[in-house]
Amino acid sequence: MKTYLRFGLLVVAIIGTLAWLAASGISESKTYYKTVSELKHMPASEAGRRVRVTGDVVPGSIRREGEHVRFQIHEKESNQMLSVVYMGKDPLPDTFRDSAQAMADGKLQSDGTFHANSIAAKCPSKYEAAPGKPAAQPLNSGKPTSI
Amino acid sequence: METLGAFAVLLSFCLAIYAFLASLLGALKKKPFLIASGRRAVYGVFVLLTTAAGILVYALMTSDFRFAYVAARSNQAMPGLYKFAAWWGGQEGSLLLWSWLLSMYSAVVLWTNRRKHRELMPWVVVVLSFTQIFFCTLNSFVEPPFQMLAVGKGVTAVADGNGLNPLLQYWLMAIHPPALYLGYVGFIVPFAFAFASLVTKQPGEAWIATTRRWSLITWGFQSVGIMLGQGWAYAVLGWGGYWGWDPVENASLLPWITATAFLHSVMMQEKKGMMKVWNMVLISATYFLCIFGTFLTRSGVVSSVHAFAQSSLGTWFLVFLCIGISVTTFLILRRLDYLKSEARLESVLSRESSFLFNNLILLASCFAVLWGTLFPVITEAVLGEKITVGAPFFNKVNIPIGLFLLLLTGVGPLIAWRRSSWESLKRAFRWPAIGLLATVGVLAAFGIFHVYAMISFGLCAFVTVTICMEFWKGSRAIAAKNGYNLAHAMIELTHRNTRRYGGYMVHMGIVIMFIGYTGAAFNLDTTKEVRIGDRFQIGRYDLQVKQVLDGDNANYSWQKAVVGVYNSGDYLGDLQPERRVYAASQQPTSEVSIRRRLNEDLYLNFASMSQTDANAAIIQAYVFPLVSWIWIGFYVLMFGTLVCLVPSKVKYSYAKTQVVGVYAKQAEPAK
Repeated sequence: MKTYLRFGLLVVAIIGTLAWLAASGISESKTYYKTVSELKHMPASEAGRRVRVTGDVVPGSIRREGEHVRFQIHEKESNQMLSVVYMGKDPLPDTFRDSAQAMADGKLQSDGTFHANSIAAKCPSKYEAAPGKPAAQPLNSGKPTSI
Repeated sequence: METLGAFAVLLSFCLAIYAFLASLLGALKKKPFLIASGRRAVYGVFVLLTTAAGILVYALMTSDFRFAYVAARSNQAMPGLYKFAAWWGGQEGSLLLWSWLLSMYSAVVLWTNRRKHRELMPWVVVVLSFTQIFFCTLNSFVEPPFQMLAVGKGVTAVADGNGLNPLLQYWLMAIHPPALYLGYVGFIVPFAFAFASLVTKQPGEAWIATTRRWSLITWGFQSVGIMLGQGWAYAVLGWGGYWGWDPVENASLLPWITATAFLHSVMMQEKKGMMKVWNMVLISATYFLCIFGTFLTRSGVVSSVHAFAQSSLGTWFLVFLCIGISVTTFLILRRLDYLKSEARLESVLSRESSFLFNNLILLASCFAVLWGTLFPVITEAVLGEKITVGAPFFNKVNIPIGLFLLLLTGVGPLIAWRRSSWESLKRAFRWPAIGLLATVGVLAAFGIFHVYAMISFGLCAFVTVTICMEFWKGSRAIAAKNGYNLAHAMIELTHRNTRRYGGYMVHMGIVIMFIGYTGAAFNLDTTKEVRIGDRFQIGRYDLQVKQVLDGDNANYSWQKAVVGVYNSGDYLGDLQPERRVYAASQQPTSEVSIRRRLNEDLYLNFASMSQTDANAAIIQAYVFPLVSWIWIGFYVLMFGTLVCLVPSKVKYSYAKTQVVGVYAKQAEPAK
């Protein structure tokens, strides 16, 4: 039985270490999903949180300023705008451009701008059609139906 | 033609149901004719799906834009390769590919085992065709690939299609999905055999022996698929990384981890008759994780950069997973008596225990990745708030796990079965330990004190020495005995036990890949707005933007920056990062330019022209040390896998003295 006890202890030690690493990893990198309007009404107690926010890039708003990129996103549901400054190191994705749906990860600053360190973007009309609609719809080729 | 395609898909759905029912009833009622007809139905499904796939591919190649799928995924100007690759460029087509591969695998399995395993095979067909029914359901009713564009009642065509997503127009991407699918789909075969042996109460290792090659080949394909994905991310996505812990990447990694654990722990069952339940659990987990991975990619449950769109597929997958997992769990629990271990663990310092820890740690990694991937879903369900975790979480957990596994890779082969004494361990580990310390010493001497990097490089040296020692000891003995030279003896040694020495080569590949991954600890990057003619610096390179060119062709228009690379005054050549805008989709892409060398890659991305200064370009420059070793390690790993597949010259039979008694005991209830 001594062998199994030793085993048990080793296993517990390994799992314990990993669980501790996992817990600290989570607290370090957890990011809350928020809508633009939620972000604007965020209580002060949550100010330091990392947030992921989604909206459509306002056409013509993308400005490069040296190493940073400044743009605005617009949330359709609440009709609210948010100014975003991208400060990340990675190049912006190719799909990031006017009217694209952008997802920004970062923190809200006290002046109301959002400092993002990563951006993901999807070009909604070209990437994949929305569910239920045949993919060919954007082509304006008459009414597509399945036969 | 389109009607024929849709009809073939529908008919294959019916035939798969027939194969399922006929085999099930045939096996239960012992009706050989029913079983035989079920088997033929499987061949029928393969023929039908091949027809359907052939029609879709023909439509893609001939740019038949009456097909909604073709119009959405292809266009006239695309090169032939990408027209073909558009087969798996969208949801409907890639699900058809899944289905078709499954039917092909099923047909191959039935053909190669047509005279073997009479009792198992009907149940194998039951599992295979049950999965086939599921995918044919998706093909026929949920995501039909043969939709036509129509105005009123007349079929119509559009002049040109939307084109394949430009990011996918890259040669690695053209073969990445099929390779990954070959791996994904392939694990159904070992699972089907495991399941069949559970149902038929076969106590032995027949299912493992039969599917050993399958497991290895599909594992190999999965590795290829994952690596191609990394290569693509590195060369196309433009952020210089090869792994971002994106949900879809994780989905491909999960079954690979459990499969790796499975490949190791079956050895315990073959040699010691241990871990039988565990192996059943592992192979089932691998299979269900493959399905789960497909589900994650297709359903839009977790948001991902390269997931397919939101769709109604999710529910179908969940139902299938629930049924499958419940049936399998129930069956394993019912058969626990047949899965009793034949030996016990004798010491913590034994080969058995190193396998055990290997499995434990792989499973922990699998669980951590799964947990992180599903974190938004879990927190939304439990806390009512969607929270996601990023790369830091995954790295924090998986880097130590990776290093521990690397250590086990070195320790495992040197440690004896059953129990080892400290004395023998000291002897065995003297040289590897010296290798480790020497490497750490050299790093310190060069002023490199990055902790993980030191551990990683040290362990790489440790494992390399153990592997070399294994080859050296074995081949020196053969050389002395037969008078061969060392190279000849080495080949002879490997040929005598391909699984063992092929396995060492795979380990060596992993070590080399670790060297490459560790290089990431020393990455450099900078973003600069540079006027044409001006210079800037990164690392030891001096970069000069010489000029910006533009032009266009039928598929896309382009603009590229010509950047001269200098190292302390010496001209090393030009790099030409490029930006493209694809005509059909109006989507811009960036084509990075990489100077690949063994010590480091210089990686340039042309972000855009400056918005404030018409004569300045924004260039992102990176230096990635040792990245090439990842790809080199991958080739070594593939070579090792191939070696494992070569039949051994000497058939080793392992004395399993304890086994006999247990067999006799188990034989009785089996009747």
